[in-house]
Order: sequence, then structure tokens, then C-alpha cells
Amino acid sequence: MKQPNIVIIDYGVGNTYSVGNAIKFLGYKKLEVSDDFRVIEEADVLILPGVGAFEEAMNNLKSRNLIPLLNEQVLANNKPILGICVGMQLMATESMEKGVHKGLNWIGGRVEKLELKPEYAVPHVGWNNVNYKEECSLFRKNEKGANFYFDHSYFFNPESKEHVVAHCDYDINVIAAVQKDNVFGVQFHPEKSQTSGLKLFRSFFNAL
Amino acid sequence: MLKKRIAATVVVRDGIVVQSINFNRYLPVGKPPIALEFLNSWGIDEIVLLDITASKGGCMPDYDMVKQASAKSYVPLTVGGGIRSIEHIRELMHCGADKVSFNQAAIQNPELISKAASVFGNQCVVVSIDALHTPAGYKVYDYLEKKTLDFSPAKFAVSMERLGAGEILINSVDRDGSYKGYDLELINSVCEGVTVPVIAAGGAKNATDFVNVLGQTEVRAASAANFFHFTEHSVNTTKAHIVKTLDVRLETHADYNENDFDKDGRLLKKADKVLEDMLFIKIEKEEI
Repeated sequence: MKQPNIVIIDYGVGNTYSVGNAIKFLGYKKLEVSDDFRVIEEADVLILPGVGAFEEAMNNLKSRNLIPLLNEQVLANNKPILGICVGMQLMATESMEKGVHKGLNWIGGRVEKLELKPEYAVPHVGWNNVNYKEECSLFRKNEKGANFYFDHSYFFNPESKEHVVAHCDYDINVIAAVQKDNVFGVQFHPEKSQTSGLKLFRSFFNAL
Repeated sequence: MLKKRIAATVVVRDGIVVQSINFNRYLPVGKPPIALEFLNSWGIDEIVLLDITASKGGCMPDYDMVKQASAKSYVPLTVGGGIRSIEHIRELMHCGADKVSFNQAAIQNPELISKAASVFGNQCVVVSIDALHTPAGYKVYDYLEKKTLDFSPAKFAVSMERLGAGEILINSVDRDGSYKGYDLELINSVCEGVTVPVIAAGGAKNATDFVNVLGQTEVRAASAANFFHFTEHSVNTTKAHIVKTLDVRLETHADYNENDFDKDGRLLKKADKVLEDMLFIKIEKEEI
């Protein structure tokens, strides 16, 4: 197919430069980093990156008036979107990070703190192998048990387990990826997961 | 399972990657973007980019250099050198850095460590400690003043963790560029006191040194600089050797899993018969 219009949503948090570099490496030319309404409306696919705290990320989306626009694009127009790390957590109903904060509520569930045995350090930082559902369009190109780079203290726990498409083992089953229809989210950083991450981006765009 | 990490330290001086020997001799290696691109394609787990001119000249971090270098590297990147304010950190994150490393600032302005941790999270803050062996035990070494300070790296690491450091990089000045292997005694002394991940640096000569430090100490990662720069596929061949005893990530297209290594971890030539047969095997290019 012809190249999709990819828009990385710029909301003042998140490492948009790294995500953009990884996508550019794959040869996609129609790529913009933007918070402009018209640019987002014309996109074929959206990426919601993120690093940092949930509340700040949510406030930044609010202050740029992006929430009604994103709801319309994602829920009404069924535009595919990939959330990364905090970008994925924002898709939850609420987060328990530093108080209770409301999220976008695209996938029912709650963002909870990793409560692990003392020998498991939190944040969960480093390369961990991910077990995924084969039918999920994110992982079509990845080897079984591929490693991805994680860096987080909180994790998204969806109400319905059918929305969990991948998990990894770090004392508990940490949810690594979620999907509900056109809404995709990954807890790890595909833009920092070398070939495994690049393959994930490729599968995601190929499935459009 | 969380993997042990193999990291590469890239030392930059005046915009050029250098081989550092005992912190006083520097041999040129090449341009940072090329070094990072190769390390990345050889399957490194993490890159630490240290600009040793930025602190010395009292100048700002070299944002353009970081931006260019990070563009072709798709692994976590830690940047150090000349970071003196929260604004410096913010700008570096926009240039592709995931973590920042403090060395001089940790000694002179420890407040910056706690400030950085509260703004960007502990996972973003790495404190890099240079240590020198003296008759009175291990001491922290101040490379700007070229003198040892009156406290041990172990004690310093504990106080840095308390301030909010999420990771400690311990570098042996004596072993720097010496190819004598990691200083296990020094590394153990630091690991004992802290709960955050420790990265070992200084002295790696070959894959066996990695096996020793990852197997005999509590470090979560081991780093090398010089020895990764001078051999083709240095990272994947090193990992292919380590993966025989320890859990590390080996996912490069050329994974050297079928190869044998000598006792120093050097790649051995395959048997003539095997090489002959390989002539007729089509090796597919990796498709991403």
C-alpha cells in the first residue's frame, strides 16, 4: 500500500525524537510530530509516546485541548493508535500514580504500582523477554520470546484479560501490551528495543 | 527474566571518540554517530556516551553531537559530561538521551542529583564514580583536579543512592584502558552498600572478563569501551560467549551461536569441512 500518514502526538512529554528516528529508519517518509488539530485529523495512524509521570502527561493533553479530538479520532473514526509506556497507561480508566487520576478510558482498567518481592527492584528497568498472543498484529515479525526494553514502576491492569496481548515475567506477570480494536498499547519502549522494536513498528504499520 | 546488560562506554573528546588510557592518554577512534550506529547494529544493550571535554572547558553539553549520535541508535542512551542544570537534562532528553550521568556534579553539586531525580525520576539519574586504588584503600578520584578525594567509592555510592541516583556506574581508573580485567574487589565493595543497579566499567579485555564480573559480583550490567571499538562484530561475538553461562540478550541476525571460543573468549575458526559446506548455504538478509 502507499505510505501511511504517521503522526506522533507532541504533547510536551515523551521522547518524540527517538520514536521518530526509529520510524524514519524503516523508510516511512510521511511522518510528523505535531499537536496541530488538522495534522492529527489527516493522519492515517497515531502514535502516543510518553515518559514521566501520569498526571503531568494527562495535564499536558488537557492543556493542549487534545482529549476531545483524540476521543473523536480514536473512538468515533476508529483511527489506529499506538501508545508507548505512559502513552499506553493514559488509555486506562484511572491511574494510582501519586494519587488517583482519571485517564482517557479507552480500555477499562487501572494503572497500578508494581508491588514485588524485595529482590525485584522497582523500577523494572532493562531487557525482558515478552510472551505474546500470536494473532496480535503488533508481533507478527518478532521471534518467540523476543526481548524488549522496559523502564517503569507502574503497570496497566485491564479489567478484561482479553485485552492483554503480551506479558513478561518479573516476579509477577507484568502486562507488556494491550489491544482493544484499533487501540494498541505497549509498556516497553519499541524505539529503544533495537531490531525487536523496529519489527514491532513494521508489523503495526503493515497491518493498517 | 530480566537480562544482564552489556553496555558500551563511548568516550568523546573534542567531538571525537577516543580510546582512554588511565585517564591521561587519548587515542582517536572516530566520529560518534558512526561508533553508535555500529554498536547498535552489533546488538549492544545500552550505550553510555561520555563527553570528557564538556566538564573541563566549563562549557555546555554538546547537544548537536548527541542529537547526531543518537539518531541511528535504537537502544537506551545515557549521556554524561558538562551537565549542570535541569535545563541541560531536559534538552539532552530532547536530543535522544534516556538517562543522564553525573560525575563532577555529583562531587560538587549533589543537590542537582536529588533535583534531577524528582523532576525526571530516579531511573533517569546515573552517578558515575571514578575510583583509584591507594595505600589507604579505594578512593574517589576527581579527574578535573587530578587528585583523590578523602572518601571511598562505596560510601559515596550509598550517599548518591540516598539522594536519588537510580544507577551507579563504577569505573576503575587503574584498570582504565589497561586490559587487565574488571577490579572485582572494588566492584563488590560498591555493590554491597546499594540496592540500585550497578554498572561495572574499566579494564575489560575479552568476553571472559564479562563472564567473571557478571558471575562473581552483583552488578546488573558491565561496560567496556576500547575493546568494542577495534574488532568487527565485537559485541555479538562477546555475547555469544557470555550466553553460554549467563542470561544475556543475543538477538542479532548474526548470533555466532554455532561458534566455539578459546579460553580468552576469542572466536575460533570453524573446521574446514564446515566452512566448505557453508559456501552452499544461502544466508538471507534480515528483513525488518
